Amino acid sequence: MKSVRKLLDKAKPNFESGGKLYFLHSFFDAMETFLFVPDKVTEKGAHIRDAIDMKRTMILVVVALMPAFLFGVWNTGFQFYFSRGIDAGFWQIVGYGLKMVIPLYLVSYGVGVGVEVIVAQIRKHEVNEGVFVTSFLIPLLLPADIPLWMLAVATAFAVLIGKEIFGGTGMNIMNPALLARAFLFFAYPAWMSGDKVWVSGLTQGEGVVDGFTGATPLAQAAAGSPHFTDGLGNTLSTMDLFIGAIPGSIGETSKLAILLGAALLLFAGIASWRVMFSMLIGGMSVGILMNVLGNTPYMQIPFYDHLLIGSFLFGMVFMATDPVTAAQTNTGKFIYGFLIGVMIMVIRVLNPAYPEGTMLAILLMNVFAPLIDHYVVQANISKRLKRFKQIKA
Amino acid sequence: MKNHISVKQGLDIRLYGEANKIIQNETASSSYALVPDDFPGLTSKPVAQPGDTLKIGSLVFVDKYKPEIRFVSPVSGILKDIVRGEKRKIMKYLIIPDDTNDTEVFEKPDVNTLTREQSVSFLCNAGLWPFVTQRPYGVIANPETTPKSIFISFYDTAPLAPDYEFFLKDYLQQMIHGLKIIRPLTTGKIHLGFAKNSGLIQSFLGLDFVETHTISGPHPAGNVGTIINKIDPINKGEIVFTLMPQDIVSIGNTALSGKYSPERIIAVTGSELTHTGYVKTRHGASIKSLLNGNVEHDPDAVRIVSGNVLTGTNVGYKGYLGYKHPQITAIPEGKKYVMFGWMKPGFKKFSNSHTYFSWLFPKRRYRIDTNLNGGLRNLVVTGEYEKVCPFDIYPQYLIKAIIAKDIDKMEQLGIYEVIEEDLALCEFVCTSKTQIQAILREGLDLIRSEMN
Repeated sequence: MKSVRKLLDKAKPNFESGGKLYFLHSFFDAMETFLFVPDKVTEKGAHIRDAIDMKRTMILVVVALMPAFLFGVWNTGFQFYFSRGIDAGFWQIVGYGLKMVIPLYLVSYGVGVGVEVIVAQIRKHEVNEGVFVTSFLIPLLLPADIPLWMLAVATAFAVLIGKEIFGGTGMNIMNPALLARAFLFFAYPAWMSGDKVWVSGLTQGEGVVDGFTGATPLAQAAAGSPHFTDGLGNTLSTMDLFIGAIPGSIGETSKLAILLGAALLLFAGIASWRVMFSMLIGGMSVGILMNVLGNTPYMQIPFYDHLLIGSFLFGMVFMATDPVTAAQTNTGKFIYGFLIGVMIMVIRVLNPAYPEGTMLAILLMNVFAPLIDHYVVQANISKRLKRFKQIKA
Repeated sequence: MKNHISVKQGLDIRLYGEANKIIQNETASSSYALVPDDFPGLTSKPVAQPGDTLKIGSLVFVDKYKPEIRFVSPVSGILKDIVRGEKRKIMKYLIIPDDTNDTEVFEKPDVNTLTREQSVSFLCNAGLWPFVTQRPYGVIANPETTPKSIFISFYDTAPLAPDYEFFLKDYLQQMIHGLKIIRPLTTGKIHLGFAKNSGLIQSFLGLDFVETHTISGPHPAGNVGTIINKIDPINKGEIVFTLMPQDIVSIGNTALSGKYSPERIIAVTGSELTHTGYVKTRHGASIKSLLNGNVEHDPDAVRIVSGNVLTGTNVGYKGYLGYKHPQITAIPEGKKYVMFGWMKPGFKKFSNSHTYFSWLFPKRRYRIDTNLNGGLRNLVVTGEYEKVCPFDIYPQYLIKAIIAKDIDKMEQLGIYEVIEEDLALCEFVCTSKTQIQAILREGLDLIRSEMN
């Protein structure tokens, strides 16, 4: 510990202004602050500060994503062997999952952190920890077979266009991770939709069990199927959907894993319960309304099943709650979450073009969040103005 | 309960080193200093010159732009030096006391026939006016303005704050007399805030020009700004005066005796002290005389704050007690690296968030050092200020309006209702380590300069 500190202290002058490695100072700073909480003390204002900082906040989000990530690794392998009818052991499954997922992470972190460090260097600010969450999220939103170069392009797009040009983490309008997914969804739809991409290895077709279908429960619901089945046509129970050994994006399938993450985020108070709660209410109330009024099979699937299929829960826990792109006022958060819930259901069920609405609903509401806040803050301003006028009168 | 204010949002920072309930007598200070910077926006103009002999209550300097506001000496002695800083700005007036205790004598005002003009001129001449603070801006009040009301809080909820209930009960006569002196200043009421189970409050219930309120809840419940906001928020164009409890004692004492009364009792607090307690002293006394060799550790490893840890001034071991500070606090400096500090479970780290496990122990006290605990970032997390801000305003939007120098927005978002101490907790909890108090002061200064 001491020796690491000594090493850093010795190396530090090289990275400071005028040093020969100054062009790497953002990177050095990121590494140093990763290893050590800096010795900076308060100069102005309050003499003591809360122990929380951005690193702590972000690491907890990554920890909360861990269950979804681990399950995603397993499920990637499981779906692959299941589609081939191979009865693989646990480690064989995990081995395949890791083989598919680790390269995705190497690319998303390499590109994401790379862009962030370069921009931090150019714009002379510190590397912001938000990029670690963004890079962790992006692969979880994608099918495991996504080509690495596409992922690289999408990640660069998300970090650079989605975030850095606005001034970095805290200034962006839309959630960068979702933007990466939207980029791929519209630029390379063949890799992001259909019945084949959600099970690893299915697009190649070789060795797949005859008659195997990779349709996700969501796609089945959209097709008007009265019940959900796995690739071989066996009925999936509610519990199966909840545990999540079904086709889908890497991180979205296991509701159990997502709820574990949600529990941590709510326990630590990092994600807004207001957004989660109101989004749940919004989605479910539209679901109930559709159940009551519905005249198509899709409208008639029980409203609670909507939580178990697609990425409603993943979006609710990890994407809609992003504090930067969500509404920022407490009242605004309720409205924002509620509207996302409503929009997801509307896009999902009533719009035939898109089977899933989570991504689009959240991105849309990201854009509207400042407007919601504007009206909430304006109400406060009006109240103050009214008081002022009363005095004058 | 009638006139009870219950505050929900806020945070009590539970530090070690609360003041023991013992009052020590005054120990002689080898020097005293008057620091103009204790008053935001003040430019001082010396009247006494180095070498002049001063009595208690002798004029030392005046406000350059309002010379009727006079600042007087808390001790008898010699004005040793006028210490200047950059651009010849006056940093402090240094006084070396003698033991004559010569005192200037004022005419005692008659509280029964006192007019507003008489009250103002008495307070100005006696050197007591600087203790009258004006909101908005949190600056020395303008003697020409009539506030809509006056607020005094007898309940300090800041970390390790002095307990006024403990020692002010011996000064009831002075306080009531002081209130009668300031009574003509306003056409409205004088509002007094007390703790929920206050014993002091009884003595003020009979005064018809006074309205009493009780307060409960976490800091900043006892801040005078919170009380104003809950009772009668300040609108654009309105003015409110505020005073500290011991200033009222001073005013009453001076009016009763006809002699300037700089005495006060301050709490000597903080985790780094061997003995904590209350000390009789006067404003401008040296920190050394208050601490009396009481610091446990190497003075370089300890930060000594005149005031509380949220709003006080870092004066150091060689500094002086500020005008408006009812306490001094000694806390450890945090100039050290902590390996993987942000990854640890953090059972001993204090946080208002639940990101460290320490929140599972709500009664635990902490020894918090001055480390920033992280780096400066853009504002990312939302909703955390609201948890510690009982005002009906949106702190984050207000801060952004100030950063953007948008004066209309600042007004609309309620900048007139707050001064630094009211948003100090927002600064404490900020994940992005934003310098909220400094930003707010910039905004207040900007508006003030635009208005004049």
